[in-house]
Amino acid sequence: MKSFTYERARQPAEAAAAAARTQGAKFIAGGTNLLDLMKLEIETPTHLIDVNGLAFDKIEPTPDGGLRIGALVRNTDLAADARVRRDYAVLSRALLAGASGQLRNKATTAGNLLQRTRCPYFYDTNQPCNKRQPGSGCSAIGGINRQQAVVGASDACIATHPSDMAVAMRALDATVETVRPDGGARQIPIAEFHRLPGDTPNVETALDPGELITAVTLPPPLGGKHLYYKVRDRASYAFALISVGAIVQPDGSGRVALGGVASKPWRIEAAEAELPRGAEAVTAKLLADAKPTSQNDFKLPLVKRTLAAVLAEARG
Amino acid sequence: MKFDTPATTSPIDQLKVIGQPVDRIDGPMKTTGTAPYAYDRHDVVPNQAYGYVVGSAIAKGRIASINLTEAKAAPGVLAIVTAENAGKLGKGNFNVARLLGGPEIEHYHQAIALVVAQTFEQARAAAALVRVDYVRAQGAYDLAAAKDSGKPAPGFGGPADSAVGDFAGAFAAAPVQLDATYTTPDHAHAMMEPHASIAAWNGDKLMLWTSNQMIAWSVADMATTLGIAKDKVRLMSPFIGGGFGGKLWIRADALLAALGARAARRPVKVALTRPLMFNNTVHRPATIQRIRIGATKDGTITAIGHEGWSGDLPGGKPEAAVFQTRMLYAGANRLTTTRLSVLDLPEGNAMRAPGEAPGMMALEIAIDEMAEKLGLDPIEFRIRNDTQVDPEKPDRKFSQRQLTECLKSGAERFGWNKRDPQSGKVRDGRWLVGMGVAAAYRGAPVMKSAARVRLDSRGIVTVETDMTDIGTGSYTIIAQTAAEMMGLPLHKVVVRLGDSTYPVSCGSGGQWGANSATAGVYAACVKLREAVAQKLGLKGDAVFADGEVRSGDRRVPLAQAAGEAGLTAEDAIEFGDLAKKYQQATFGGHFVEVGVDAATAEVRVRRMLAVCAAGRILNPKSARSQVIGSMTMGIGAALMEDLVVDKRHGFFVNHDLASYEVPVHADIPHQEVVFLDETDPMSSPMKAKGVGELGICGVTAAVANAIHNATGVRVRDYPITLDKLLKELPEIG
Ligand SMILES: Cc1cc2nc3c(=O)[nH]c(=O)nc-3n(C[C@H](O)[C@H](O)[C@H](O)COP(=O)(O)OP(=O)(O)OC[C@H]3O[C@@H](n4cnc5c(N)ncnc54)[C@H](O)[C@@H]3O)c2cc1C
Ligand code: SF4
Repeated sequence: MKSFTYERARQPAEAAAAAARTQGAKFIAGGTNLLDLMKLEIETPTHLIDVNGLAFDKIEPTPDGGLRIGALVRNTDLAADARVRRDYAVLSRALLAGASGQLRNKATTAGNLLQRTRCPYFYDTNQPCNKRQPGSGCSAIGGINRQQAVVGASDACIATHPSDMAVAMRALDATVETVRPDGGARQIPIAEFHRLPGDTPNVETALDPGELITAVTLPPPLGGKHLYYKVRDRASYAFALISVGAIVQPDGSGRVALGGVASKPWRIEAAEAELPRGAEAVTAKLLADAKPTSQNDFKLPLVKRTLAAVLAEARG
Repeated sequence: MKFDTPATTSPIDQLKVIGQPVDRIDGPMKTTGTAPYAYDRHDVVPNQAYGYVVGSAIAKGRIASINLTEAKAAPGVLAIVTAENAGKLGKGNFNVARLLGGPEIEHYHQAIALVVAQTFEQARAAAALVRVDYVRAQGAYDLAAAKDSGKPAPGFGGPADSAVGDFAGAFAAAPVQLDATYTTPDHAHAMMEPHASIAAWNGDKLMLWTSNQMIAWSVADMATTLGIAKDKVRLMSPFIGGGFGGKLWIRADALLAALGARAARRPVKVALTRPLMFNNTVHRPATIQRIRIGATKDGTITAIGHEGWSGDLPGGKPEAAVFQTRMLYAGANRLTTTRLSVLDLPEGNAMRAPGEAPGMMALEIAIDEMAEKLGLDPIEFRIRNDTQVDPEKPDRKFSQRQLTECLKSGAERFGWNKRDPQSGKVRDGRWLVGMGVAAAYRGAPVMKSAARVRLDSRGIVTVETDMTDIGTGSYTIIAQTAAEMMGLPLHKVVVRLGDSTYPVSCGSGGQWGANSATAGVYAACVKLREAVAQKLGLKGDAVFADGEVRSGDRRVPLAQAAGEAGLTAEDAIEFGDLAKKYQQATFGGHFVEVGVDAATAEVRVRRMLAVCAAGRILNPKSARSQVIGSMTMGIGAALMEDLVVDKRHGFFVNHDLASYEVPVHADIPHQEVVFLDETDPMSSPMKAKGVGELGICGVTAAVANAIHNATGVRVRDYPITLDKLLKELPEIG
């Protein structure tokens, strides 16, 4: 870990301005991802701006009947919130499928969205990795890539985004609220928040330098059955091989988002029109452009089968 | 004391303390955080500095240049040790690769430098500033590709090849045949406590507080490596947070702490970080195993052949996966071969039940496959081919062998008769349900072991031996032994372990620890009883009970017998050739029920039972802990554990605990363990054996066999992850 200076942010806009002003500055929330990466010198901020003192720790109703989740709301508290459990159960379930109790107590809403990939080469600074060190190459291509993306990847990077929470938020069409260094606020639809790797896998989100997440808002409740299936190599405390978040209405229509298949939560609205025709048809559309490797091509049938199980449960 | 005739009756047989399920005596220290583990020993020597290990970034090649300028200038740095400035170093008997690499690099993350600084954070930050230029060399990293270059290699306890009768002819002639190849991956010990040491020099004497299973071996290897006399090294390892074989020898933390302390002229502590644990240290090597079994139609094995391939660095040893096949089942025509190829991966070495654990993973699937071909129940097939004699040397008997009893009583207890022999037929909601069985087999080796016992004027007996407790319960069973022998309650016994100034024990390895170490304590206690009797002038049989020694009408409290000066006795147990005359081993039956998610092919173990026959069980509670721990490890091997090799660059890619998955609580169902009543007078005066490794031998195959019973899919390449099942599962609606 490199030495860094540290400040506690008192005010959101000030924090954003300070972050933009200071070369190498980063926000720190729960620290469950950032500190690990700093210990390995994968992240090397020279200045940390601790946002934990900002008043972003509440879950409040929005005027249109949705929910506004403060950026600092802990994953545990979000999953346990009665309104979330009742109206946005897919989110609750996704959160509880992630990490461990101890980690969820620390992990924040913003931090979870911004957690970085679990690609093993990203985690080993001796290995080339375009995401960690742009231009150095991608070790996972031609290497070990059982966990990697099957859709939306590029020749530069095939990493996945590991968040469970983000998959549920994508299914819910959440909006990320931010404040910019100039003090202006911005709303970013979750669909546009995470990026595909393209030639710049190091750029992972739509955030500008210094931009601070203040909240994530959920639209008014959608009704329907909320399910989240996470498929993994052990029963708990493991990242998803794939996951399926779904909201299924009594008439069979609904929404489906996938985790573990791309550098972002994977949802294609057009595929949802196929829901009445079943899992196979939906998967065919969702993963139409899939380019799996020989190690991860199992993810395609796995998505289909898992979605089939989800739909069977939704039907009751 | 020489043990060369079968044990007769001794005070141990009273079973007042021995054989009782007492709580571990070191439990309160562990639960209150007062058990001194190596890295926590801030109190033992002042002014400790911190060392941080730099691991090689390449797997094979050489260091062209190493630039320490920036690192040296970093805040707090006291010294940097590299091969260039460490002086001449030897290599320990038990090390294959050097613990401090450079200029030649033998494997990925081989230590190439230690940065010593005032604080841990300073050492870590400076370590990242060590600049190294490497010249890469071609290496061999793929076992399958290197397999055919394998050379015959003897393993621990057996020759490279064994042959009886005419295997090839009998196999070819057998009406029912199986010829299948299995693979097991590299495994990490992944124990909770990483390798850690504190070193301090007192003149030319080295004090080393470390985490180590084999004190005497490691003193010798430390002395050899440093080029100093053995009596200049004192090693202390009273508590060990898991070892599983990974701490049988000194590793880089110990050597580099010693070198760092010399360079910095003050005590230095070093722990390996978790990411270094996987490639810097040792692991259980991957194997490829071919098994051929021929049988008559009624299920009598006529030919059994097991060939094993593994790889290691030049000068290393094979993973001897075929040895149990020489002993487990009858059959007139037999063959085993062990081949070793050179691989430039990190050093392979012993991990819990080396040889047998991966060997049984393959053999016990093969037996299940063969039973299926024969249309026989897999338990029935095993019983039909059970043997009471060494199948290679029929005049050599097993000292005790209750394999059939383990299988039969286990079957009854587990409800085996409810198993549908047709696979893929039982459904419970979304789960495909299946049951599997496997035999358990693990040798019961013995090793010379010494102890010293002192009776003091408070009537307390203190035992000292360099035996270690790696979480197994050594403290407790040693206390039970001394208490039984001296007629004392448990709380009147103090046990001190893991210090090289104590008499040399067998150490913790190969599941010999419980039997051999307690037998050594028994020997010392026999001497102490004699010393008490002699001091009191007692003739004939003195009885030690209730804190007194009694003879005829005389009753003397032990405290009084000891007097102010106390009485001390020391002895060792030395084993004669009973182990040659009789094959000594432990046996068991593993029963497993799994559920396989019909949609996702995720496997969850639902129930498991192990029935073990392993000599006298010294403490059923700690023995049970050992067995359920190994069953848990066996689930890991069955379902998830896999050090994944990057065959281009030659390293284990998943080198942290987020990516090297071991079972978590949610993976482990109710586990039942039954010990059959057994005493083995051939094994030692304790009539005990060991159970620490028995529990992992076979259980993995029982999981695999249960998966097959649930799904009809036979996976021969471990771990059985869902991607290997998915393709063959039926479509779902
Ligand atoms: C062992 C382990 C297992 C895990 N398993 C799972 C799992 O199964 N599923 C899963 O989804 N997750 C898992 N996680 C990841 C976990 O969810 C994340 O580490 C956590 O959500 C990050 O939140 P944090 O508040 O600690 O973020 P931090 O570590 O504090 O920050 C993460 C990033 O977000 C930035 N940031 C934080 N707050 C803001 C803000 N307000 N505005 C802008 N930027 C901000 C930081 O600068 C940093 O780059 C696991 C983590 C670990 C360590
Ligand atoms: S997949 Fe992405 S994160 Fe992984 S090595 Fe390639 S560039 Fe790096």
